[in-house]
Amino acid sequence: MIKALAHKLIWAALTLVAASILVFLALEIVPGDPAEVMLGINATDEAVAALRKQLGLDLPPLQRYFAWVGGLLTGDLGTSYTYSVPVSELVAERVVVSLPLALMALFLSTVIAIPVGLIAAGKRGTMADTGIMAVTQIGIAIPNFWFALLLVYVLAIWLQWVPAGGFPGWEQGLWPGLNALLLPAIALALPQAAILSRVTRSALLETLGEDYIRTARAKGLSRRATLSRHALRNALIPVVTIIGLQFAYLLAGTIIIENVFYLPGLGRLIFQAINLRDLIVVESVVMLLVATIIAINFLVDLTYVWIDPRLRTSSDAETSAAQTQTDGAS
Amino acid sequence: MGFETRKKTGRILALSVCAFGLALAGTSALSTLAHAAKTTLTMGMVLEPPHLDPTAGAPAAIDEVVYSNVFEGLTRIGPNGAVVPGLAESWTVSDDGKTYTFNLREGVSFHDGSAFESTDVKFSIERAMAEDSTNAQKALFSAIDSVTATDPGTVTITLKNPAGNFLFNMAWGDAVIVAPESADTNKANPVGTGPFKFSRWAKGSAVDLVRNDTYWGTKAALEKATFRFISDPAAALSAMLAGDVDAFANFPAPESIPQLRADPRFTVVVGSTEGETILSTNNTRPPFNDVRVRQAMAHAIDRQAIIDGAMFGLGTPIGTHFAPHHPAYVDLVGQYEFNPEKAKALLAEAGFADGIKATLKLPPPSYARRGGEIIASQLRKVGIELEIIPVEWGVWVPEVFKGKDYDLTIVSHTEPMDIGIYGRGDYYFNYDSADFKALMASLDGEADEQKRYALMSDAQKVLANDAVNGFLFQLAKAGVWNAKLNGMWENSPIQANDITGVSWSD
Repeated sequence: MIKALAHKLIWAALTLVAASILVFLALEIVPGDPAEVMLGINATDEAVAALRKQLGLDLPPLQRYFAWVGGLLTGDLGTSYTYSVPVSELVAERVVVSLPLALMALFLSTVIAIPVGLIAAGKRGTMADTGIMAVTQIGIAIPNFWFALLLVYVLAIWLQWVPAGGFPGWEQGLWPGLNALLLPAIALALPQAAILSRVTRSALLETLGEDYIRTARAKGLSRRATLSRHALRNALIPVVTIIGLQFAYLLAGTIIIENVFYLPGLGRLIFQAINLRDLIVVESVVMLLVATIIAINFLVDLTYVWIDPRLRTSSDAETSAAQTQTDGAS
Repeated sequence: MGFETRKKTGRILALSVCAFGLALAGTSALSTLAHAAKTTLTMGMVLEPPHLDPTAGAPAAIDEVVYSNVFEGLTRIGPNGAVVPGLAESWTVSDDGKTYTFNLREGVSFHDGSAFESTDVKFSIERAMAEDSTNAQKALFSAIDSVTATDPGTVTITLKNPAGNFLFNMAWGDAVIVAPESADTNKANPVGTGPFKFSRWAKGSAVDLVRNDTYWGTKAALEKATFRFISDPAAALSAMLAGDVDAFANFPAPESIPQLRADPRFTVVVGSTEGETILSTNNTRPPFNDVRVRQAMAHAIDRQAIIDGAMFGLGTPIGTHFAPHHPAYVDLVGQYEFNPEKAKALLAEAGFADGIKATLKLPPPSYARRGGEIIASQLRKVGIELEIIPVEWGVWVPEVFKGKDYDLTIVSHTEPMDIGIYGRGDYYFNYDSADFKALMASLDGEADEQKRYALMSDAQKVLANDAVNGFLFQLAKAGVWNAKLNGMWENSPIQANDITGVSWSD
């Protein structure tokens, strides 16, 4: 177990190093200079040179790379070229929007998808199952920004129940904040719920064919009890994998929804930074996201072990099995 | 036990907060009813400024928040484009046109309380001209020889040579007056002399300004103004319809204008901007170095079709590089009427009867991307085959603008009064005309307005005769705002959202 953990940590560190090189190289190659973009097309070369010097962009790339990585190791994400404030400050301002939004969407998607998946699997082949499958197929097919516009039109413009977008800031109170995130969370959650419920259904159907299910039924357990007590737990591994992927997506990949609702989230921060060639912001935020995704995957791995006790002892079991064999041979 | 009590107290506290909140909501609703005129404004903007110091960056979004509202210059641009007094109450110009003496307003202070004096003017201009200056429009100051703070209320600026547009240059956002104490921190916390003070910037979301109650001039009617950043056109429409924003000085979704026009809640005003949208042509690259080829293109382009197709009908056709709302504008649209046959004849005469192949690099704005496709199809009909290459601004600037590595591109030149760019031989059009340069030199030396206008009209004609670029249309500005809002600017003679005169009717 500890060996496996150490193994994973080494891989995580190597991934981070590789990612830092890739991100840095990619942004070095991309044409466009932060100082030029800042000062626009009428700027004199002299002014651009002065700004480049001020930002430290006149240093050789290798030196800038090590300065950046060195900073990251000590927890310093650097200072934004355009905003002239620490990147960590920018990230902190955005995380308070992106993280609650991702969690809300993930929560909604999970509480919708798992029961729906259970029902569909339990009533396989019936009208209910066919209906659910059809609806989820539509849910996957509908682009979330279109669905978001529909929500805005009905709930914000027509009924005027919620604002059409924007984020008032948590200092205005918990409710206005949650209220502003509600529509985007729903818009993000439903397509994810559609995917997740299909995964849940097919994972359940697979486990339902296993011998232990037949045994559980044979010992007199009801269909429903078998489904929720034995089948669901065994079907959870693919479901948890998908939830992990979805969380990573919801945290960083929500730029379109952030645009539709003009929310100040992480996705828009990266997008704006790319447009302004605020390279240090792009680099540091991407690294932060890489680290988060590695952490999420790690958590997902840990959850596997928690769900399936066999994984906990597998290495021990193998060793003992091997020992038994040698014992037998001697 | 203690825990229990705390929990209870907490609950009671929460309940009373709720009750108080409800009461507050009730009273504020009542007070709104009592005197109906609102004193807050939420203005939508497409792009967020990267920072708020207009003297250290080119993005128009900076001026759109702070120009005239937070920062003021010696002079300023009024709603119709004229230069009007700003922090300088009046000025005199010496007979040789080289010495400007500005009389500054009295009783002006910066938002941090420090007094505004002639030394601040000297500091601001010298800072912009300095070697390590990061001013995006350093050229505005290039004519200045020296700045002298004669006494606290007087500044004398000496020029190296007479510059007819000097007062105009000093009205730009890049030439606003800043204080030495706050100059370095203006990016995050702008301190100016204007009728609004900076209050808060929720990055990615909005900038709040509040009224400056110690303003030297007419105080603003608005107590608070919020500039909210909404980049998505569909979201802009929703925000307008849902009442989340009161105004969009420059509405990003022209396709929705008819819908908003039909809605009695809104006022829609289509005004003009300083944006000459042109098919920029590399004048030294064959075959575009042949004036007949450029003239052929001018005949092959149906400007109205581009305005209708790419801009949903918003825009004014132009025949040269000049804003149609300017008094010196000459209407030259008819010089190259839409006539594909004539275009083909000109191409044949230039030796390109078999057609031309070229590239068209298109930056991101929709006028370029949508307009580019229409132009490509129009030019194809006369035998000019264009390969469309979409590029980002980050690529356009180094490749096209700086590197001059292009055949054709489409861009809107949004700087006010920028006909002078055709006199710069190294500008990306690669246009080099002795006639035109001579006109610009005389314009620089001329201070008399009528004579200046005459020179400007000659300059416009030279550009049209040489068909330097494909002159397409003047970018329109579709303003949409709440019908009860007064004092919004109809045109944008400068890229700014001057809200100093905005108020609500009851």
